[in-house]
Amino acid sequence: MKERETLAETDAEVQPALTPLGTQPAPPVRERAGDVIHTAPEFAVGEGDVRTAGEDLEVVAGTSLWKDAWRRLLRNKLAVFGMIVVGIIIVASLIGPVIIRTTTGYTYDYIPQDSNLIKSFPPFTAPDSSFSWTHPMGTDTFGRDILARVLLGGRISLMVGIISTFVSLIIGITYGATAGFFGGRVDNIMMRIVDVIYAIPYMMIVIVLLAMFGGQTALGQLFLLFFALGAVSWLTMARIVRGQVMSLKNQEFVLAARATGVSTGKIIFRHLVPNTLGPVIVYATLTIPSVMLQESFLSFLGLGVQAPLASWGSLASEGIQNIAIFPWQLIFPGVTMALTLFSLNFLGDGLRDALDPQMRKV
Amino acid sequence: MLRFIIRRLVITIPMVLIVVTLTWGLVRLAPGNFYTSEKQLPPTVEKNIREKYGLDRPLIVQYGKMLGNILRGDFGNSLKYQDQTVNGILARSLPVSVTLGVLAYLLALCVGVFIGSLAALKPNSRLDYVSMAVAMLGISLPNFVLGPLLVLVFSLTLYWLPPARWNGFPSWNLVLPVLTLSAIYMAYIARLARSGMLEVLRSDYIRTARAKGLKERVVVVRHAMRGGLLPVVSYTGPALAFLITGTVVVERIFALPGLGNYFINANLNRDEPLIIGIVAFLSIAILLFNLLVDIAYAFIDPRIRY
Repeated sequence: MKERETLAETDAEVQPALTPLGTQPAPPVRERAGDVIHTAPEFAVGEGDVRTAGEDLEVVAGTSLWKDAWRRLLRNKLAVFGMIVVGIIIVASLIGPVIIRTTTGYTYDYIPQDSNLIKSFPPFTAPDSSFSWTHPMGTDTFGRDILARVLLGGRISLMVGIISTFVSLIIGITYGATAGFFGGRVDNIMMRIVDVIYAIPYMMIVIVLLAMFGGQTALGQLFLLFFALGAVSWLTMARIVRGQVMSLKNQEFVLAARATGVSTGKIIFRHLVPNTLGPVIVYATLTIPSVMLQESFLSFLGLGVQAPLASWGSLASEGIQNIAIFPWQLIFPGVTMALTLFSLNFLGDGLRDALDPQMRKV
Repeated sequence: MLRFIIRRLVITIPMVLIVVTLTWGLVRLAPGNFYTSEKQLPPTVEKNIREKYGLDRPLIVQYGKMLGNILRGDFGNSLKYQDQTVNGILARSLPVSVTLGVLAYLLALCVGVFIGSLAALKPNSRLDYVSMAVAMLGISLPNFVLGPLLVLVFSLTLYWLPPARWNGFPSWNLVLPVLTLSAIYMAYIARLARSGMLEVLRSDYIRTARAKGLKERVVVVRHAMRGGLLPVVSYTGPALAFLITGTVVVERIFALPGLGNYFINANLNRDEPLIIGIVAFLSIAILLFNLLVDIAYAFIDPRIRY
């Protein structure tokens, strides 16, 4: 409690509005004692709970948890590398196809009319075997531009990764927050269910689901993928959110909210869930590559993304058929995908170190 | 301990029931049928087929029959591979998948623990950075990209190893599939071993062990590894579930007649008895295996009591 008092004092000192009427207002805080502002959060951190200190820090000094995390993230070279690569790949897959269409006239499903062009050319090669910029990644067996297809595949793969992760976020947060908030028997039953589902070989069920209900339309298949992959990736998220909510729910701000008559649902979603965002963001960043990997497995098996759409998995699956003669059909989608997952994983690791220094293991 | 085992065994039953029911429901609810593949059948033929496979009976009867089959451990005949029993297919394909999975996991365990511990002994050294970057690459490189690349290099360019096909247990054909399958586990285990060992190596009992003058090798192998490798042990359960997805892909790349390959074909053919058989068998196997892992955990870590 001593710590609270000290912070309250600092607060009073900081806010000039508290000076008695008629007296000269105190000079602005920063001019008067800049160093006080910086020392305050430090002893708060040293003495008590890091989280409360972080929140007070936001009020007192104006450097938030997020700004701090951002600074730590920028110091991590691998995470910055990951961020840049992911950024480039997202931008490229968004605007790349348009650029290719305007410069070379190729789209991802454009098959040349000239039958001499309907074959697989190596990268940077024109039909007469001379150097050419037209197809930097070569063409596939139908003469389609592989770069355009890899960029489309990137769009679909990233979309599946992000949307499925979002679905898993919604399920996981709702489930975990509910279990954590109510505790007791409800929590026990809900978490036992999670344990049970953990042990189930869910990929087998996803395979059955996609094989039985999939393959109608390309778009329907995409939605089935979002749903199926999201529905199996929420378990760890639920556990994380539950743990966070359990440690938060007995704090004063929840008591205050309850005292002012806020409903239970609002306490959970407006007061508790926003405070769990740090670990949730970290885990979501790491879920995206794992969902993308699962999508690519399914697409590789012919159960995922269907033609005319393509994902990195389905492109690689096409490429494998011709690995001996046209290795570039596999190498480019495969390497692009590996690079993206690699960067996303590094970014996720970096975010974890930045947002949760206690979890850092070095 | 015994109570724990019995309770877990009892929980296994409803879990298998849920999985099997879900699978059966999905197969049944899906539009179409296994016999409506190519052309429209004459009504009488269709009626005969439905009668032969018991599809004309009420759903609840069919469901009961399916459950009875599982209880008796006899999954009936495959619909696609005529006159082959599901049990026969399981018996034939299981050794392939198990060989693949066990070899891959053992390889991953040896290499992963070795690299991870080495990295943990010299944290932030060049060795640490390089091995962790390679491990991250292993996690990010899908095995359907790694496998064909290995084939391209070692079979089609260097002609060192056969590119595909099953050729019995000790054979050169196994090298590439096992490498492909184990890469991602190697990477995961190396990361787990590193972080586990790092934590343990800084603990008080390790300092005590060093202080009483034990050799560094004894400290690391006898004292640190026992606690530091616990995360690796607990990863074995989830790893098995992922190993199944992994074998599916690897068996397809290398054309191996394993369980995964049959499972995909059964799904594409809507071969219901085979799907149910494989799902039921694998879920029981996984649940029992998870139980074994938990028991092993209690032996390795004396702090854990059930």
